[in-house]
Amino acid sequence: MDLFADFLHMGGYAYFVWSAYGVVIVSLIAALVMTWRGLKAREREFEAVRRDRQSTP
Amino acid sequence: MHKYANPTDFMRLANSILPWAAIVTVALFLAGLPMALVVSPPDYQQGDAARIMYIHVPSAWMGLMIYGIMAANSAAFLIWRHPMATLIARASAPLGCMFTALCLITGMLWGKPMWGAYWVWDARLTSMLILQFLYIGYLALADAFEDSERGDKAAAVLALVGSVNLPIIHFSVNWWNTLHQPSILTMQGFTVSAAMLWPLFLMVGAFMAYYVCLLVLRLRIEILDAKIRNARRARAAAPVATATPQQV
Repeated sequence: MDLFADFLHMGGYAYFVWSAYGVVIVSLIAALVMTWRGLKAREREFEAVRRDRQSTP
Repeated sequence: MHKYANPTDFMRLANSILPWAAIVTVALFLAGLPMALVVSPPDYQQGDAARIMYIHVPSAWMGLMIYGIMAANSAAFLIWRHPMATLIARASAPLGCMFTALCLITGMLWGKPMWGAYWVWDARLTSMLILQFLYIGYLALADAFEDSERGDKAAAVLALVGSVNLPIIHFSVNWWNTLHQPSILTMQGFTVSAAMLWPLFLMVGAFMAYYVCLLVLRLRIEILDAKIRNARRARAAAPVATATPQQV
């Protein structure tokens, strides 16, 4: 338990170390999620545009 | 290589790489993060704050590398009208912008406990901030024109002109007196011990593999955007009647 507390404490630099890792990890995951959603939205949009063109009388 | 100037061929290759890049990304992060946060020793001067290096340095390298990729592809686009080149540059820009921002943020969080200030107007920091503005300028310019071709050209020129900043960033720690510590990669080899080098390499590899994954996804977005644009343009240009012969 002490070891884990030491780990979290980061030799007194906990705020700086965990903020830095937090920002990086959250950013990388957020960018992945946003890109994935953007891709799915484009795929739906393209499908709609294509269907629209084909259904033109 | 000319085969891959064709977006269809290029994307076939890119899509086949994607699952492998995803596996490598996850594996390297799973190996690299515990190495960086637990296994690697605290620095004898900086203590555990030195662990910020394992994300700060890869972010910085990615910011520089992606800018280099962007500039090279911009040149290929301007000279040979290479159709994939501009897409690669466009798809890379937001990623490079993010890595540069992460480099600046993690650097500030490292600078505060070590130097006593989040920010100093030092050569390395200032040239890195200029890189951030170049990315933002590129992104703004690429989408500033109604005609995307003109946006591509303007942004490509900016990317090329801005590439003079890359050697300035690299050599800034040698050319000027700076607070920033010198590069760990020198002509004489590495200046840090193996216990710190391994986690660093794993994290650099993880960041690179992550970039490959997101690049492929962003390329798909860019290609779909172009297809949607073309479809809309064709629809707007063609009167309803001309659409029918193809259907018959």
